[in-house]
Amino acid sequence: MTAYLLKRVALLIPLLLGITLITFTVIHLAPGEPVDMQMAMNPKVGKEARERLTKFYGLDQPLHVQYLSWLKKLSRLDFGRSFSSDNRPVLDKIKERLPVTLSLNIIALLIEFGLAIPIGILAAVHRDTLLDKGLTVFVFLGFAVPTFWLALLLMYFFGVKLNWLPISGLHTLGYEAYGWFGRVWDLAKHLVLPVLVASFGSLAGVSRYMRSAMLQVIGQDYITTARAKGLSERVVIWKHALRNALLPLITLVGFSIPGLIGGSVIFETIFAIPGMGQLFYQGVMSRDYPVVMGILVIGAGLTLIGNLIADLSYALADPRIRQGSGGRDT
Amino acid sequence: MTTTFRHSYVAAVFWPRLRRNRLAMAGGCVVMLLFLVSLFSPWLTPYNPNDINAWQVLSPPSWSHWFGTDELGRDVFSRVLFGARISLKVGLVAIGIAVFLGSVVGLTAGYYGGWVDTLLMRMVDIMLCFPAFFLILAIITFLEPSIWYIMAVIGLTGWMGVARLVRAETLAIREMDYIMAARCSGASDRRIIMRHILPNALSPVLVAATLGVAGAILTESALSFLGIGVQPPTPSWGNILTSGKDYIEFAWWLSLFPGLAILLTVLAYNLLGEGIRDALDPRTTD
Repeated sequence: MTAYLLKRVALLIPLLLGITLITFTVIHLAPGEPVDMQMAMNPKVGKEARERLTKFYGLDQPLHVQYLSWLKKLSRLDFGRSFSSDNRPVLDKIKERLPVTLSLNIIALLIEFGLAIPIGILAAVHRDTLLDKGLTVFVFLGFAVPTFWLALLLMYFFGVKLNWLPISGLHTLGYEAYGWFGRVWDLAKHLVLPVLVASFGSLAGVSRYMRSAMLQVIGQDYITTARAKGLSERVVIWKHALRNALLPLITLVGFSIPGLIGGSVIFETIFAIPGMGQLFYQGVMSRDYPVVMGILVIGAGLTLIGNLIADLSYALADPRIRQGSGGRDT
Repeated sequence: MTTTFRHSYVAAVFWPRLRRNRLAMAGGCVVMLLFLVSLFSPWLTPYNPNDINAWQVLSPPSWSHWFGTDELGRDVFSRVLFGARISLKVGLVAIGIAVFLGSVVGLTAGYYGGWVDTLLMRMVDIMLCFPAFFLILAIITFLEPSIWYIMAVIGLTGWMGVARLVRAETLAIREMDYIMAARCSGASDRRIIMRHILPNALSPVLVAATLGVAGAILTESALSFLGIGVQPPTPSWGNILTSGKDYIEFAWWLSLFPGLAILLTVLAYNLLGEGIRDALDPRTTD
């Protein structure tokens, strides 16, 4: 196990380097220079000032020098300062936004798996019946519905028409005056729509996976044996089959992280939630390069960590890997 | 010889299986219908999608305007039909790019193995770490708005799944006896890859591509909704929704119809793709 752990962690280093390299390339291949944007906002800036700015940001250096110095700063967790008027360190900006996006996504992930696993099992057990077809269409509807459109309709219906739920932000104005319970209730009400939208959209992946994994397990000999022993169908499905079908699902948690973080741009923008997705959107729109690069690196890094945790839990759960007799082929 | 075999397989196994799957057939019909609509949209639309009519601003659905009109008095039905063209174009071209890139990477990695494989697959791992939508946003906003860039960027950020699939297939096929036979008879690497491996590795790609078109259409609509995708006045389902958002309280039809169009299209591609997957899967029994 220790050997496996070391191997997995060692693999992170080239991947992290690759992430920084791609981030840097994407940003620097783009036409237009960051200085242009600052010039555009302030036409009084002259040619000398422009050169001074270029020099200040090190943009007059060759690309590989710029990359190395950026990398050196990154290794000290220095993501530079934002180009926006507040000029704050990028890391601070991300630090205040990350918990919002992360907790929203974790809640959405819990709801997603909590619903998708039973849906997948039901569909597999009742394979090819009307129930299976109905569930299939339901989860695909979730995948096919454009997030922003669903968000819009729900906002209009529950927020404007019925006036049951708040439609933007995370808190009501003046929520500080509420008691502890009042504050939690207020937050919960604000979270209903965004979480609903986020989890409905990703039901399909997990539940379809669960369905096919269950179908595969149900076809195995030991399930036939269990049935032949006279065990009830419920025990066979929920105890014998489910355990083995659940195992590969751990990896799926790691895989779904980039999708969820990417999706946060849409619903954070629509619901005006001050998270990382919103910060990223504002960043790209105002060409705030340090913010964009910082979020790209951190977003990809989070996926890397998520995958690592998923792989390690998988290894812990699966004796074949735990005892080092063989690894999975990636 | 291979062609006759493939034809007979399609006719004897694949098609009957697919036909029995009603959901997939329904999806296939919608996909066909969309193809026809996009081909013939100039003849099918009752109005020019860009004709402004100041006397008919935001009028609700009626006999003359089935889906109502928008804030400039343009016919929403005509705009939604023309939007089908854009969606289809973006979906097919973007996925074409992704399939091409993914196949090249997958075939190269799987066939040559060794350090080439390691290098290419680590690149795939790295690309997969990025939330795709972040990467797309970052690149798109730094470029001039153009539909060609959108297709290219969606394709360039979406090839990794195909690469993994093709590589896995290639690894399996490489060990087959007929590859050995081809090599013994002096076939070049290029010929082996193109003639013997590629055609046999394509079936999982077909599934991934069908599902991928759906994903690309969703991405384009999201970009257009955010205002950085297809630029007005060219109608796209996403950018009709952008104005729909502003008028949602007085003009529900502006939000409802383009949204339904996206929903239906993406659903159809998904059902068709899943159906093809099931029909190709040797493990599912008849």
